[in-house]
Parts: sequence; structure tokens; C-alpha cells
Amino acid sequence: MSSAQLSNGPNRFASILLILPSLAIIGVLFIYPLGFSVASAFFETGQFSFENFAKAIDFYSRDIVFTVVIVFLATAIIAVLSVCIAGYLTLGESVLAVAVLKWLYRWPLFIPFIVSAQLMRTFLAKNGMMNNILIEAGVMEPLQAVSFLDWRGIVITFVWKQTPFVVLLVAGAMAALDRTTIEAARNLGASKLRILIQIVVPQVGTTLMVGLILSYVTIMSVLSVPMMINAQTPTMLTVDMAWRINSYGDYGVANALGIISYLITGIVAWFYLRQGLKEGGAPK
Amino acid sequence: MTFGNANEMKLRNTHIVTTWVSNFVRYGILALLAFAIFGPIANMLLWAVAEVWYYPHKLPLEYGFSFWERVFREEGNATESLMTSVAIAVLTVIVSLIVAIPAGYSLARGRLPWRYLLLLIFLLPQAFPAVAVHMNIARIFYGFGLTGTIPGVVLVHALQGLVFAVWIATAAFSAVDPELEIAARSMGASKMRAFVDVTLPLALPGVLASAIFVFLISLDEFTGTFFVGAPDVVTVPMLLFTSSMEGNYQIASISSLILLVPSILFMFIIERFLKADVLSKVGA
Repeated sequence: MSSAQLSNGPNRFASILLILPSLAIIGVLFIYPLGFSVASAFFETGQFSFENFAKAIDFYSRDIVFTVVIVFLATAIIAVLSVCIAGYLTLGESVLAVAVLKWLYRWPLFIPFIVSAQLMRTFLAKNGMMNNILIEAGVMEPLQAVSFLDWRGIVITFVWKQTPFVVLLVAGAMAALDRTTIEAARNLGASKLRILIQIVVPQVGTTLMVGLILSYVTIMSVLSVPMMINAQTPTMLTVDMAWRINSYGDYGVANALGIISYLITGIVAWFYLRQGLKEGGAPK
Repeated sequence: MTFGNANEMKLRNTHIVTTWVSNFVRYGILALLAFAIFGPIANMLLWAVAEVWYYPHKLPLEYGFSFWERVFREEGNATESLMTSVAIAVLTVIVSLIVAIPAGYSLARGRLPWRYLLLLIFLLPQAFPAVAVHMNIARIFYGFGLTGTIPGVVLVHALQGLVFAVWIATAAFSAVDPELEIAARSMGASKMRAFVDVTLPLALPGVLASAIFVFLISLDEFTGTFFVGAPDVVTVPMLLFTSSMEGNYQIASISSLILLVPSILFMFIIERFLKADVLSKVGA
């Protein structure tokens, strides 16, 4: 046999056969339920109608706004913090401080969402450790202590959990940058902040956007955090969907809310896919 | 002392002061960050060993392990849910690897049309808010008698882990030199033999990394279990959730700790397991 005949890898037919089972899982467990959710949102009443959407907007318009505000606010804070942390990791001059920061920042990345929610449920409570330490430190009077277990708690938990993920991606991209422009700017007397904003960040823009979009979708997906941090109204759409099903078995309205949350994510997911295809981050 | 020297000294003094101030700011910010990251974890650790703790006491009134005894004795709810969680996670890893190894090999070596598109399909479940899809999976599973069963939960977890399993397996197979397989084939080994004896062992570290990844995803998964498994399948995250909502923070914190330890261990070993040559090929 010649080595051409021995060419590595399966032929086209075998390749398709090998990938088929995994595609079947996606088809049966994802595409089909996805189609089901769309059908249910429009047809649950028996024939095609927007009734479920009318109800969803009627009952939950406050929660829709609440959800959009939370996701955008959390993503914006994650953006600022991750640029600061990754920027310091890249440009920081104190070797010790950089090493400490590097060791410190990534801990929440490996802590599951449900655990993060429980940690914050105790930490941010009225009698939680945060308030207690602020009172002990004399920053705050005992009577001023309030519970942060509302929209602030949700934002804090998501920022706490997702920032390290974006830092990991962004710091990696920053480390791969050509240092000569940075050094040149530094020699010309540019401040670190200016180097970060005008030279470093523009070059890692794509990575930053990808990290933020992935975080954004994650925030829209996680049920445990809003459920455990803030179960009262207004709350996030994820909680409304679970509530609609567990309490009323009302799949029509729940799925209409689902479609609305697809749309809120769809805008950025579309951007992500387009960016991915444009960059061709890969496949050759 | 000449005039010039005095000026120099003044300059040096200001320099020392500014260094001192910048160090103070630098380490002050690091300390705040450390508090923000470890404060919530410390609060959970306190709850895990608190016997009696109520408002307005800032620290537990009594410490002890009676809750640990209660949840870890035979028939205790933590022991039971830990067994359930581990069994589900192991089964999820098996299911994922059975489909991901062929798929990864095919994506790395095969002749697939629209390869990039196929890679993206596995990302789709991450691009949609999970709750909206999971509630419909639960509804479909109900028709097949899969709700409230271990196989049902395993399937949902496998869907969540599939993108990581397939992408990391693809990267692991891409990192193996194809020449080695050709060499084995030219010595008369069959395609299967060459794969099992040469390619698979070389790709094993990456495949193992993906197995650990999937194991942790399954261990921490909440949303899918909430819709498909509840109330019959009680995994550790479900135990955490119900005890936290009932206000039993000791049990919630102990189950948090059970979930936290494997994840933190993973943080320390991941860098050794996932070599840079594999990491650089993830998603490629």
C-alpha cells in the first residue's frame, strides 16, 4: 500500500457517521425542544395567536425591563473591571502586586453559580459579613445596614462570578500583544491609563466583546442566582418562566417569555456568531 | 550642604512619599479585592460550622459539627444526594465521551463538509437562555416517562457538557501528529488498531481534561435538574437550593462546600492537564 492510500483519517462517509451521534443529541435535546418552545408560544391556545405574548407583556413587562437593565448593567461593570484587572496584569510594574492579583482574581471562576448564589445570600444579607465588617470598621452605623438581596445582589453576584472569566480571556489576549508599541508609548511619557485605553484595549477589542457576550448569555440563562438572591418582584425572566410552569402549568405564557428572552440574547448572539465567522477564529 | 543638594534631597523625599502613597493605594485596592473575593467564602465557611447563629449576633454563638453528622450519617440527605450526584456525573461523562470521541476525531481528521458550521452547532445550546429550552425538554421527557429519573437528568447534563467534550476532544486529536498514525498504518496496523494504539493514547490527556470538565458541569448543574429531575432526583445542587430556601443555611453551606472542593482542586490541576498545545487548538 502506498502512503497516499494510507492517508490519515476517516473518509467522508465515515467522518459523517462518526459525528452523527453527537449531532443527534443536539437535534433531539436542543433543536426539537427549541422548536417546541416556539410552537407552544404561538399555538398553545389551539390556533396561531399572539395571545400568550399579550399576556406575557401584560403580566411581566416590568420584569422584562428589569431583566434587560440587570444584564446590561452587570455586563458593563464586568467590562470595566475586567479591563482594569487584565490591564494591571499586563502593564503593572510591581512584580509582587501583579503576582498577588493573578493568584487572587480567578477564584470565583471555579465556583459554581449555585454556590455563588448561596455565598452571596449570606454575605449580602442585612446581618451578613459585609455589613458587619463595614460596621466594625466604623464606615457605617448599625442602623444604616440594609440587605443587598435585591437587584443589587443579582448584579453583584453575576459580576463576582463572571469577571474572572472575561479577565482570563482578555489578559491572555493582552499578553500576546506586541510590546514594542507599549514600550514606545511609555518612553514618550504616556501614562499607564492612557496606554491601556488608547493602545491596549483597542487591540483586544474582539476578545473583550466575545467574553462579554458569553457572560451576557450566561446571565440570561442562570436560574439559581435570581431565584436565591431575589425571589420577590420585580425579578428576572428566568424566575418568571419557572414560576409560570411550576405554579400554573402555563406553558404558553412561559414559552412566550422564553421567546422574549431569546430575542434579548439573540441580538448579541447574532453579533457573536458574525464576529466569529469574520475572525474565522479557527477552522482551516 | 549646597543649595543643589538640598533640592535633590527634597526631590528624593517627594519620590519616597509618592512611592509610599502609590504602594498604599495599590495594596489597599488588592486588600479590598481580596475581601470581595474571600469574604463571601469565609461567610459560608462560618455557616458550615455554626451551631447557633441568629440576628443580631455578628458571629455564631456556638460552633460544632452536629450538622455535619446529621447530613453525613448513613441515610443522611447529603450522603444520599452526593451518591446521586456522583452517579449522574459519571454516567454523563460516559455518555459524552461515547459521542464526543468519535465526533472529535472526525472533526480533527475527517473530511467533513462545513466543518466550521458543525463546530458552531455544538455551541448553539450555550447561545440560548437555558431555562426556556430546559422547561420544554422536561415537557417532552414527561411523555417518555423520563422526568424524575436518573437517565433523564443524565441526558440533560450531557447536552450541557457536549460543547466542551467535543471541542476539547477535537483540539486533543488535532494536536496529535498525523504522521504517527500513518507510520502505524504502513507497518500493517488496521485503521482501528492505529486509532486505539497510537492516536487515542496520545490524545488521552486532552480527552481526560474534557472528562473532568464534563464531570464538574454535571456536578454543578442546576437548571436542567430543577426541571427534569425534581422532586425525585435530589442532587447536591438541589439539596443546596431547597435547604437554602428553607433557611437552613448550615446544610446549604455544607453542600456548597461539597461542590466547592472539587472545583477548586480542578483550578489547580487544570493547567497541568490541559497542555498549551491543546489549549491553543480549542475551537480551532
